[in-house]
Amino acid sequence: MNLRRDVFQAIADPTRRAIILLVASQSMTAGAIAANFDTARPTVSKHLQILTECELLQQQPNGREMYYHINPEKMNEIADFIEAFRKLWDDRFNKLESIMKKYKNS
Amino acid sequence: MERKTKIQAEDGKQELTITREFDLPLALLFRAYVEPEIVEQWMGTKVLKLENKKHGSWQFQTSDAQGNVLLRSGGVIHDFVPDSRIVRTFEMENTPFDVQLEFLDFEKLTDDTCKLTMHVVYKSVAMRDQMLKLPFSQGINMAHNRLQNVVSKLI
Repeated sequence: MNLRRDVFQAIADPTRRAIILLVASQSMTAGAIAANFDTARPTVSKHLQILTECELLQQQPNGREMYYHINPEKMNEIADFIEAFRKLWDDRFNKLESIMKKYKNS
Repeated sequence: MERKTKIQAEDGKQELTITREFDLPLALLFRAYVEPEIVEQWMGTKVLKLENKKHGSWQFQTSDAQGNVLLRSGGVIHDFVPDSRIVRTFEMENTPFDVQLEFLDFEKLTDDTCKLTMHVVYKSVAMRDQMLKLPFSQGINMAHNRLQNVVSKLI
């Protein structure tokens, strides 16, 4: 499997996460997205390519322009597995906290 | 105030950090890591061995409701500073997962609150990502097993 197309790898990069947040509010062209970053345009294009390859973003032509928008289904997928890891620890620590509160006065 | 557990896992790194703030005095949080009968309660595991000292070792065992051993994990303790720090290795026995190194830092915030930072280093980036995905895949398996249980009761 190409690691680049791994959804997890895609969102682990801070620039790519920023792109997702940006596009989440509205569909945007590559140019409009790039304008939000100090990074060189080809670097942003590369990030967009990775995000599109792993289906986190989808392209949609509008006239001569190509717009990027979020693929909500795929976004749910990733939210799920980091969230599952976080939740495992959160549940564990919540349990620890409630157990230890009983020891507070002993 | 909500005290959420946070996970930080950067791109291409073979490590991750878990942080959590507790509504507990520091000494109580540390006790939860040291006293076997307390560890057993919140980890849901049996403590076979827990030597809280430098060069000590530990071993936990998890069983199902029928008493079948599901998992045995263990490691060695590299550093042990009360109310401050535990450095240890963690390995799940009889699994393809390699040993990982864990740095646990315990920090006082106020008299009644404290913070735990758990820095975990894996053998490779791929191994970290695999471990990160494990609870998700287990969740799917568990949902599947629950379904099987329901189905088997119907038959």
